Amino acid sequence: MQKIPQWADVVLVPLISLLLATIISALVILAIGQDPVEAVKLMVIGALGSTYGWGYTLYYATNFIFTGLAVSVAFHAKLFNIGGEGQAMIGGLGVAIAALYIPWPHWSIALLACTCSAAVFGALWGYLPAILQAKRGSHIVITTIMLNFIAAGLLNYILVNVLRPPKSMDPATATFPPATHLPTLHDILLPLGMNFSRTAPANITLLIALLAAVFVWLLIWRTRLGYSIRSFGQSGSAAQYAGINPVKITVITMLISGGLAGMMSINTTMGEAERLILNAPEGAGFIGIAVALMGRSHPLGVVLASLLFGFLYQGGAELAMWMAIPRELIVVIQALVILFTGALDNMVRMPIEAFFSALRKSGDAK
Amino acid sequence: MDVLNDLITVLNSTLRLSTPLLLACLAGLFSERAGIFDIGLEGKMLCAAFFSAAVATVHIPWIAPTGSVWVGMAAGIFAALTLSALHGIASITFRGNQLISGVAINFLATGMTVLIAQSWFKQGGRTPSLKGNGRFNPVELPFAESLKDVPVFGPIYHGLISGHTILVYIALLMVPLTWWMLYRTRFGLRLRAVGEAPEAVDTAGVSVMQLRFAAVGICGVLCGIAGAYLATGLQAGFVKDMTAGRGYIALAALIFAKWRPWYALMACILFGFLQAIALRPDLIEAYLSFKVQVQLLDVLPYILTVIILAGFVGKATPPRAGGEPYVKEQ
Repeated sequence: MQKIPQWADVVLVPLISLLLATIISALVILAIGQDPVEAVKLMVIGALGSTYGWGYTLYYATNFIFTGLAVSVAFHAKLFNIGGEGQAMIGGLGVAIAALYIPWPHWSIALLACTCSAAVFGALWGYLPAILQAKRGSHIVITTIMLNFIAAGLLNYILVNVLRPPKSMDPATATFPPATHLPTLHDILLPLGMNFSRTAPANITLLIALLAAVFVWLLIWRTRLGYSIRSFGQSGSAAQYAGINPVKITVITMLISGGLAGMMSINTTMGEAERLILNAPEGAGFIGIAVALMGRSHPLGVVLASLLFGFLYQGGAELAMWMAIPRELIVVIQALVILFTGALDNMVRMPIEAFFSALRKSGDAK
Repeated sequence: MDVLNDLITVLNSTLRLSTPLLLACLAGLFSERAGIFDIGLEGKMLCAAFFSAAVATVHIPWIAPTGSVWVGMAAGIFAALTLSALHGIASITFRGNQLISGVAINFLATGMTVLIAQSWFKQGGRTPSLKGNGRFNPVELPFAESLKDVPVFGPIYHGLISGHTILVYIALLMVPLTWWMLYRTRFGLRLRAVGEAPEAVDTAGVSVMQLRFAAVGICGVLCGIAGAYLATGLQAGFVKDMTAGRGYIALAALIFAKWRPWYALMACILFGFLQAIALRPDLIEAYLSFKVQVQLLDVLPYILTVIILAGFVGKATPPRAGGEPYVKEQ
């Protein structure tokens, strides 16, 4: 018998964690001498009050859907992939190479090719820690952390010494050719009679992110592979007795995870900057951890949590602009979400479990 | 004679750059030997760096009219201990995931230090520069000045061994102290046991939770000193993200050293040396007569760690019960 009903596990526990994170964030805002109510108002207006705000919120959310899914897939196999940031950076390299060196006739073909390239590059960066974990027992958390730094160094080297156009001082590639320009939400929604903001960066990648979420749902809950991944995550030894090859599952899971993280870079590199810059993921790889924990590793949860974090990100930018609250407030909120939904999960869960078992006992007594 | 001078310059900065790594690495050693993984070293150091610099700017009448670095360091240690307590509550009391808790602590420190710095000092997330007693000043060892002109020994003693801040010497002394505590005291034996076989320690009637909290506490104190050294010894004040991955390099050094104190010293000196020569690309070019990419030097500690982890240079086996919360038998 389950300790708590499923709805409580899926809805109540994350909501209480979120509430705790919100209360503490409000206290932090108060402590630095600002008004939390004013701050929330400003965030809502800034992030959701105009199509411009929505455009940014959805743009950030697109990034977080990819990285959140990446972390979730790994979580299902009980692998903690902190390397989303590095995988996204290397994925960006894949996008840049595909976009710069092949003359694409149309954006749709370019998008398809760049998506594949990003996924392959990201997957390769996820392959290394996977094979080391599976074959040599090196802890995947440590190797993925190290590979984040190595990816940053590698990208820095390549941008400065190889891909930087001559005479340019910026450590960045040349601007991608116009044929690779992706339609923004403005372009997509105009024929439908909606005048979406022209300057906001949200673009067609959002649809790919949503497709990826559906794909992950199908993969995890509707395929044989997904079943193997989940049973491996539940109990590695039991899965092995059932004939599931641990090396194979670890590697495949991390390939998918790394690929998803890599695909994030289509949004930032092809959709927004239209060239590869240093630190394009801007921490989205790490936000994926918060998103996956909050979304309980379920694609629907990940999409909802991504929207929330997209809102926080865009709202946070507004706070930095109009109130004396630095953007780092978002990092604090992110930390609190990870803390309450991840590390302190039992602290939130124990009182709820106690409450429901008391409820059951009083029910039995009658 | 130039070679000796250059060597002394590089080794001198090696020693200074190794110090925060060494303190953080030993901090991690205590925690991980007791079975608590700690990837939050970075965050604890950052938090301590901020609070030590922030408090060292405060002018306390009578006691420290121009600000006191010691009061600052106490504040830094207190801040790191607070985060340690959080890590302990999450991973020992509530048996949460230690890795996730560490990630949360790192982000908490990154965000909070800038928020508070901006709110207190309004200088874009930094503290004012520390002067005079607000920072640790170099300690001149006895006879350093008079022995300066003795050939070979003079420059080494004067330029390399003497003239560091007190924390550098404390960090070096921590190595034998850690070794002695771990291998020659009852507390150390129990600490190592709790990281390998907590159920055995429990059966012997010793509290697993208390031991682990003690280890996490020692880890906090050492991280506090490491952070204080960064902001008040190595540099004169706090700047945003000033740890710059040092907590992760310390973690790498810990793996490199296979969780042993003397090897930790060697690993940290190696990584400190890499950082020191990355600051002097002109010297590398002059002596090796080819250019070494700075980016390569920056990531070399991480690459070496991955190679070690891959088991190509001996196997790095962490403490057996590491990362697993202990559930007492009912």
